[in-house]
Amino acid sequence: MRNMFAKTVTELSDVYPELVMLVGDIGNRLFDRFKEKHPGRFFNCGVAEANMTGVAAGLAASGLRPITYTITPFNTVRCLEQIRLDICYPNLPVIVVGTGSGLSYAGLGATHHSMEDIAILRTLPNMHVVCPADPTEARLAVTDALRLGRPTYIRLGKKGEPNVHASDPVFRIGRGITVRDGSTVAILSVGNMLEPALHAADSLRHQGVSSRVVSLHTVKPLDDDLLAALFTEYELVVVLEEHGLMGGAGSAVLEWGNVNRVDLRKLMRIGGPDQFLSGCGDQEEARAMLGLTAQNVSRQILERLNGRHASGA
Amino acid sequence: MQLAARFRANAIEMSHAAGAAHLASSLSCMDMVAVLYHGVLQVDPGNPKWESRDRFILSKGHAATALYSALAYRGFLTEDDLKTYGKAGSLLEEHPSPKLPGVEAATGSLGHGLPFGCGIALAARINGLRYRTFVLMSDGECNEGSVWEASLFAAANQLGNLCAFVDFNKWQATGRSTEVMALNPLAEKFRSFGWNVSEIDGHDHQQIFRAADAVGKEETRPTMVIAHTVKGKGVSFMEDDNNWHYRIPTREEVLLAKIELGVP
Repeated sequence: MRNMFAKTVTELSDVYPELVMLVGDIGNRLFDRFKEKHPGRFFNCGVAEANMTGVAAGLAASGLRPITYTITPFNTVRCLEQIRLDICYPNLPVIVVGTGSGLSYAGLGATHHSMEDIAILRTLPNMHVVCPADPTEARLAVTDALRLGRPTYIRLGKKGEPNVHASDPVFRIGRGITVRDGSTVAILSVGNMLEPALHAADSLRHQGVSSRVVSLHTVKPLDDDLLAALFTEYELVVVLEEHGLMGGAGSAVLEWGNVNRVDLRKLMRIGGPDQFLSGCGDQEEARAMLGLTAQNVSRQILERLNGRHASGA
Repeated sequence: MQLAARFRANAIEMSHAAGAAHLASSLSCMDMVAVLYHGVLQVDPGNPKWESRDRFILSKGHAATALYSALAYRGFLTEDDLKTYGKAGSLLEEHPSPKLPGVEAATGSLGHGLPFGCGIALAARINGLRYRTFVLMSDGECNEGSVWEASLFAAANQLGNLCAFVDFNKWQATGRSTEVMALNPLAEKFRSFGWNVSEIDGHDHQQIFRAADAVGKEETRPTMVIAHTVKGKGVSFMEDDNNWHYRIPTREEVLLAKIELGVP
């Protein structure tokens, strides 16, 4: 996703002469082409995220369209107050991009995990929270965020993820994308969980359960129409995220359902626990540890369907 | 001097009427705010977002009454607006809101103004504009790490169009600013960070004007003005008494202060 991100901003820098890249001393070589084309609009801000975020806000207040980019926890919770007061309060068009989100950098330890960022950033007024599923969605998310021109957090994975979408889907921030249709279970996959979500749906199909898979790339604002339809038409609505259960996308849907008075017994949330994770290994191993693999997801869904009246997460 | 005295009287009246703290912090930076808004800043109240305007950020947002007095003087606000300070429904809150015309940044949490100002100063270069950016900080504010991050950034990016003032009144909320943290030698610190540093009497209008007027003539180094000030300046019974960081003047104290200031 990060290579596609760099390619996209380099292309869009020609479309948007006001686009400015601010980077927190990462992505060595990643932005070489951008730097060649627009040396006056690329700034390595060093390992100083609070300042980078404030600088971005000052640029945006002066008519420019900055994007800040560094590893997710450092670009979100480290400089949270700058995001809150400098960007969100004046409602400035800054795009905050976190790379290596969720458990992308599982092996680097809890310092580099981001299992709370969605929960925290979605509470900020004016902020949009977007979690692309694959490189294609990453490209479309950046493009749409620039079109909208408002505070936006984009939560990227790492490099080398496969494209899940065979061709460009219609991508609008705030609108989920149905990747596969089905009739009994709706799986809302957040960000880079889309591939395991599709595999889980395959596995369910072999068990005779038809599943619709949606890329719920935008956690804020939620897709009202889509959620209303899913809670009407499906037996089970599953939110799947590589993020803590507390406050994440599943929580957002839970809040939404409470306000909109849908039958929340249909909701199932799958995500991470309320704890720091250690000894994770790589991302796949970390997912296995948390039960976020396709196999485990499909098993949990089947158990839930088979014990319909039992309480679940 | 009369203008600064009038601003001081405004701040004292506002603090009393709203029951709002930080009066002494406003008084210590009032001369700098008055000189900048009277004789330095190119701004247009008819077009607050004029792209070539000079920018002023009151990073010590708790001194909002100083800024509001200046904004009223320049016509961004009316004198009647000042009477709404701190009242329900008013945008004149105890810390400046970016929703208010003439306010460039949301300040009140310390350490935000200088990074934001760096962004504005950098934007001038990218946009090919010649405006200057002024940031007024407190000494206690220099406890914040983001001030030093921004100081490194401004020097690295040669923001010669950026000027910061430190209102060095030697107090912060609960103690001497030189004792709570090892602030001294403050000028030396910024000098070693690559800034063009001067030290002035922050109540001497000519010195303030000369320091501000020179900004932008220096090509590459950002300008840091360490302004030595007295907290509570202008009112004998408030000067250098840190109780006035939080104390609210009584009606009688308001009248006494205005007599000292020579403001009817």
